[in-house]
Amino acid sequence: MLSKRIIPCLDVRDGRTTKGIKFKNNVDIGDPVAMARHYYEAGADELVFYDITASSDRRNIMIDVVRRVAAEIFIPFSVGGGIRNLNDMRDVLLAGAEKVSVNSAAILEPGLISAGAQAFGSQCIVLGMDVKRVAPSEAIPSGYEMVIHGGRTPMGIDALWWAQEAVRLGAGEICLNSIDADGTQAGYELTLTRMISTTVPIPVIASGGAGTPEHLYEVLTQGRADAALIASMVHYGTYTIAGIKDYLAERQIPVRVAW
Amino acid sequence: MIVIIDYQAGNLTSVVRSFKALGIEGTVTQDPAVVARATRVIFPGVGAAGKAMATLRELGLDQALRQCFERGIPIFGICLGAQIILEGSDENAAACLGLLPGRTKALPRVDDLKIPHMGWNRVRFLKPHPVFKDLPVAAEYYFVHSYYPAPDRTAMVLGVTDYGIDFPSAIGWRNVVATQFHPEKSGRFGLKILENFLAWDGTYAE
Repeated sequence: MLSKRIIPCLDVRDGRTTKGIKFKNNVDIGDPVAMARHYYEAGADELVFYDITASSDRRNIMIDVVRRVAAEIFIPFSVGGGIRNLNDMRDVLLAGAEKVSVNSAAILEPGLISAGAQAFGSQCIVLGMDVKRVAPSEAIPSGYEMVIHGGRTPMGIDALWWAQEAVRLGAGEICLNSIDADGTQAGYELTLTRMISTTVPIPVIASGGAGTPEHLYEVLTQGRADAALIASMVHYGTYTIAGIKDYLAERQIPVRVAW
Repeated sequence: MIVIIDYQAGNLTSVVRSFKALGIEGTVTQDPAVVARATRVIFPGVGAAGKAMATLRELGLDQALRQCFERGIPIFGICLGAQIILEGSDENAAACLGLLPGRTKALPRVDDLKIPHMGWNRVRFLKPHPVFKDLPVAAEYYFVHSYYPAPDRTAMVLGVTDYGIDFPSAIGWRNVVATQFHPEKSGRFGLKILENFLAWDGTYAE
């Protein structure tokens, strides 16, 4: 039986990870390679790097991080943030990432998804979706709207429509982030996750709101997610991946317990 | 010389890195003359069977691979590489290399299971093989695929994985082994398989 994936997300700015203050075991919490190795050894099923670098030579810095991570961890990882064109995708994939995640750029230029899928295969192309709850309307019948710029800019695009359109264009997976739940640690957006995951034929990674193992249980059952993104709850040492997996396994959720 | 065959079917970076982690510098090549001198062959790949076979023929690598098989050197097919060593594929109705008798079939959509089969899953090994030794039963391996290899003879199915159906996920015959999953992305148990392969002399008694 296919296991549900538990995926830590690391924010990287100028080659340094920005969260994670309570690591023990001498992990340099600012070093993305050390953090990646830590999570690899701690049982992460996959890793997500999100590049929030502001500087102009951002690509070179991130590519160097990707190359060093790829030399040390042997599970899939994806890179998102600032992927604007086919060249950005190629650089990240050739440096050793398994997948690239496109978000704003795909909304502004949907051809990027199909071009990426053509060039590298659908399995490499993750659609990142930032979604905000709104009152249902003619333009947004699902009541969930696509937003960019961390939620500040509504796009007038229905999230459910966009998810299906991205599948048609060749996206291989969706990383679905609820702007409303993000950062709250109060639980994932279950209604949204279930709606998208039961509509599209490709895997959906739930993101935003994870605070306790119970939240993961909810989103993997009621939310029908195929995978769950986690950040603060493990970065600050509140929970371990092994502990989360034990909690889920005890409740009959298939998870990878040997690594 | 350990040769990693590059036929423009996906990203070879992680395969190369995995062998590097095991202390092996693989030679990545598209050149049949280099493949002819190989002592061990890695045949990876992701993508569609039709295009992959067309590229292999164009580069002359189809013949080079058949010669490797005849020479008896150890060959390891990964993912698409595990599929196109069979005679044909239901994907693009492609004629394939035919090192092993059988066809590549599409995963059936069972219940609400998603296609592709993407993520970690177990392999139930059915018979002992030097390449798949010393692996814990609870180990899982990373998959991403919509098709699977179906050899004609059950003796060639070394391991199966449950995704709606039990499909062959590790196959082998004579000097060939192949996995539908990606050992290079399957953590330390995946690396163990690659390490076992490096130590294998290519002989296997059914």
